[in-house]
Amino acid sequence: MRAALVAETRKVLTTRMWWILLVVMAAYMALMSGGLAAALSLAPEQTGAGSDAPPIGPEQVVRGAYTVAVSFGYLFPLLVGAMVVTSEFRHKTITPTLLAEPRRTVVLLAKLGAGAVLGVVFGVVGTLASVGAGAGVLAIIGKPTYLDLGSTWRTIALSALALTVWAVLGVGFGATITNQVAVIVVVLAFTQFVEPVARFALASTDWGGGIAKFLPGAAGEAISGGSFYSVSGLADLLAWWQGLLVLLGYALVLALLGRLTTLRRDIT
Amino acid sequence: MSQPTPPTPPDGVVRVERLTKTFGHVRAVDDLTFEVRPGRVTGFLGPNGAGKTTTLRMLLGLVRPTSGTATIGGRRYAELPRPTSVVGAALEAASFHPGRTALDHLRSYAPQVPVTDARAREVLATVGLAEVADRRVGGFSLGMRQRLALATTLLGDPQVLVLDEPANGLDPEGIRWLRVFLRSLAAQGRTVLVSSHVLSEVEQTVDDVVIIAGGRLVHESSLADLAAMTTTRVRVVSPDVDGLARLVQASGWRVGPDGAGPGWVELEGVETPEVGAAAFRAGLELHTLTRVDPGLEGLFLELVSRGAPGPVQQAPAGRAVA
Repeated sequence: MRAALVAETRKVLTTRMWWILLVVMAAYMALMSGGLAAALSLAPEQTGAGSDAPPIGPEQVVRGAYTVAVSFGYLFPLLVGAMVVTSEFRHKTITPTLLAEPRRTVVLLAKLGAGAVLGVVFGVVGTLASVGAGAGVLAIIGKPTYLDLGSTWRTIALSALALTVWAVLGVGFGATITNQVAVIVVVLAFTQFVEPVARFALASTDWGGGIAKFLPGAAGEAISGGSFYSVSGLADLLAWWQGLLVLLGYALVLALLGRLTTLRRDIT
Repeated sequence: MSQPTPPTPPDGVVRVERLTKTFGHVRAVDDLTFEVRPGRVTGFLGPNGAGKTTTLRMLLGLVRPTSGTATIGGRRYAELPRPTSVVGAALEAASFHPGRTALDHLRSYAPQVPVTDARAREVLATVGLAEVADRRVGGFSLGMRQRLALATTLLGDPQVLVLDEPANGLDPEGIRWLRVFLRSLAAQGRTVLVSSHVLSEVEQTVDDVVIIAGGRLVHESSLADLAAMTTTRVRVVSPDVDGLARLVQASGWRVGPDGAGPGWVELEGVETPEVGAAAFRAGLELHTLTRVDPGLEGLFLELVSRGAPGPVQQAPAGRAVA
């Protein structure tokens, strides 16, 4: 099992895709977090004293900006996790992989493990990019960064954890779909359109909110304990550990599906 | 299965028994039985689509047989602990990530053998790729990919090598190098199974041949026994159509598989002087009297085109299980 894990991790780290995605994610998160930190801090002042808009607390600023990776950046660990499997089918390297380890469950577990390793890297880098840029902007405009608070660091750590689980879920998703192009299309469509619209639409109904918080994106945000969406008052979230269980549940179901479909087939 | 098997086959024996694979309505491999022995290079031959790759994939646990078994040293591939240290297999020259370097490709499979990076560099040197170890495979020629695929099979210093069309894309020098290399592996007592769709490509490399067509075995013997089956033929052409037919009948000559037509015939089991003398005695005018040697490749094509197994299986001194 250990050898399989080393092999699978090596397979990812010896190609360029992972760090290209990582760099793009870090840049994107830094940009969004910095922008959000500025917008959220400045907004109450700009609207003036006469506005009846509720003031947004500084802690919410921190949560909204620092956890931006969990709200908008999770597709990067998700995609890189999926590619752990899809790349093998795309380049037909699944054949030598199964020759080196014919026990297909072991291969899948090793790939989930490699996904977790990647997830930690993406989680830490993506979250630190958000925190760095967000805190930087706050410091420049003279606002408190709250980096001296334990609760802030707890949020940061949970954000990294959420992104790690996303990568593991990606492996399960890749094992189910296997076609790289299909995976990218489905991931983009779901994360950027289907789920945001569904959450928005469900939140506007009485009964929908209870369903919306079980959607994978909402569960991911719940892990970090707060998010851009919840700060914006758009959605209720589960408790962090409930969110973790829900997202792990999605990962498990997808991995199981992949084991029962893709990995049961003949490799021709 | 139905055939009694020796208690424990010696190490490195590849045994395929009554192997069958059906894809939908197509029988890609049909009740195939053969054996590959160590210390020899065995050519696994058949035209494209004969079922060679499917058979090898079943042997390697990638495709599940509909029925029958394929074993290596008496065990199924999936039952081998650390299989790549027992069997080195290369199925497609295309099984590479183009963005990975040659060395990293090997390092990706090294932990499960298990071997170190030093061994990876060693096998790269063995196949003549040491200088391009750190170049990405995407820029490799087909010949270089074949060498890298071979290097991958050698990582675990395996007793058994299974190579699917390893000569594809190699230049003449590469083919010569491969021949010497495979012969040396067999000389070390390893089992070497090499598939090809042309006999001439491996004719100078193999000791034994297993020929399949339409998923079924059509011939299994040593190359020497196969060569002994080639029969020379005599082609005779005469302007006297009836006279020629009468002479063939009166002399009791056997007409070859290519048959006869008005004014020509191809005979088997007879030599030119005999035919010439008989024609002279009969006063028959001949325009052609020539010896035709179909060669091994001709025999191979004939076996394959006949397809279904038949009397051809009874090769002279057919290979016995040692």
